[in-house]
Amino acid sequence: MTGPSQHGDEQGKDARAATTTPAEQIVAVPVRHPGRWVAAAILLVLVAMLLNSLLTNPAWGWKIVGQFLFSERILAGLWVTIQLTFFAMLIGVVLGVIIAVMRLSKNPIVSGVAWTYAWFFRGTPVLVQVFFWSFIAKLYPYLSLGIPFGPEFVYFDSNILIPIFTGVVLGFGLNEAAYMSEIVRAGILSVDDGQTEAAEALGMTRMKIMRRIVLPQAMRVIIPPTGNETISMLKTTSIAAIVGAGDLFTNAQQIYGSNYQQIPLLVVASIWYLLMTSILSIGQYFLERRFSRGVLSGRGGFLGRGARSEV
Amino acid sequence: MNDTVAMVKAEGVHKSFGRNEVLKGIDLEVRPGEVMCVVGPSGSGKSTFLRCINHLEKINAGKLWVDGELVGYQQKGDKLYELRDREVAAKRREIGMVFQRFNLFPHMSAIENIVEAPCQVKGESKSVARERAMNLLDRVGLADRSRAYPRELSGGQQQRVAIARALAMEPKLMLFDEPTSALDPELVGDVLAVMRGLADDGMTMVVVTHEMGFAREVGDSLVFMDDGVVVEQGRPTDVINNPQHERTQRFLSRVVGTAQ
Repeated sequence: MTGPSQHGDEQGKDARAATTTPAEQIVAVPVRHPGRWVAAAILLVLVAMLLNSLLTNPAWGWKIVGQFLFSERILAGLWVTIQLTFFAMLIGVVLGVIIAVMRLSKNPIVSGVAWTYAWFFRGTPVLVQVFFWSFIAKLYPYLSLGIPFGPEFVYFDSNILIPIFTGVVLGFGLNEAAYMSEIVRAGILSVDDGQTEAAEALGMTRMKIMRRIVLPQAMRVIIPPTGNETISMLKTTSIAAIVGAGDLFTNAQQIYGSNYQQIPLLVVASIWYLLMTSILSIGQYFLERRFSRGVLSGRGGFLGRGARSEV
Repeated sequence: MNDTVAMVKAEGVHKSFGRNEVLKGIDLEVRPGEVMCVVGPSGSGKSTFLRCINHLEKINAGKLWVDGELVGYQQKGDKLYELRDREVAAKRREIGMVFQRFNLFPHMSAIENIVEAPCQVKGESKSVARERAMNLLDRVGLADRSRAYPRELSGGQQQRVAIARALAMEPKLMLFDEPTSALDPELVGDVLAVMRGLADDGMTMVVVTHEMGFAREVGDSLVFMDDGVVVEQGRPTDVINNPQHERTQRFLSRVVGTAQ
């Protein structure tokens, strides 16, 4: 009994008595919430109006939606969208890590270049950047390999080396790298300095410390926002339609360009985008859960490292 | 003392952080096999000095040798050349360090923590490194916790794994930076016992500590630092029982008075 007063003790006894004898249920008039009922009624009316419109307004063209949802061109566009997202994120993550490490360098030129990169690519719209890469051949009709300001050994025609798809991937990927570099940098800075010191004291070189000690721990902070970036990237790739990259939105536009069924085809595109972002969200949920399980309860470390039972 | 090379030798070592001068000329010598305990009030520079020994901090003036070699620099003629990252790392392999906050790698199990440096730095094979790691875990009394992650271990257990991790590189010198200061009182004894065992095996140790009992019983020499200088040094019993300097007396009356 910890109750400081006699009164407290009595309450404690009452509580114990209540658990042993059947308690008499409280019968009381609950508080009324008329506001909630009004709000619910208004929402129900609005939902009913929306449903009515969806079902009765012929302009939605559900038949056409069904006709095109699994059409070959839409599915082909869907595949291009997935590829764009994958390769743009690949460039974004790899280059983002490099830029983040450069940014933390003690060499002012190296960190300055990294800072400028992030400043430039975060400071201009991704739409403009994608256009830029699509028209790169106007700026540099030929690309060559050779000694800077010296002789050149190999020539490429930019239009052949960088087709629309590659240009768009570069545009999104280089832009994403700027954002990823900030995410990775935050992750690296989140790792305790003591970790680096302990690794230094063991005689590890800086590169090895980054790769073996700091980055694996930074992943905890890096993974959740990277999931968000991937979901965001999937939707952003629709911008590629503006240069006709053959993605989901490009193909949807091209179809309604010829049959004038704009609304149904926009619905088709939306359904696919929604489905894909939902799948990614579910994936992200499991990734984060798996990962926080390692941090919180500790069984097996994070990212399933403990699943490997040997060293 | 001229026939053997000192394990650690400091001559007029100065260290400043910005305008704050933390070390104001340290002269010390640690013989091979010696256990030197360094005590002093917080902010006296004892931890900073320890970190200078394996070049975690760069000294601003003076000279520091470990086993006869300059720390962090190479002397050619009259000129000093800074060592490269790789060369500094190579020298650190021979100096083990144990931190106040353990600093185990949280994403690795106890045994992974121990084999990491031998495998990654020395290029030892996994089987050889693992075998020695198991022996070391046995030595620090944690053979049954080899697969535990740091967060599953108590502070005392983590610190013992950290000691095993440092020993896995087979160092010739061990530095301890207040190894028991972050531990609950009942966990201190296990860690001190491991350190005592190391001392008995003849390891050269520099121990920054507040454990006067350990300093008296295990230490070969005791150094009292205050305000960036060595105020007094000698045999532990002499310094503790018969401090010459007024600052030492004041410090000891506070530390020993409460510890006993």
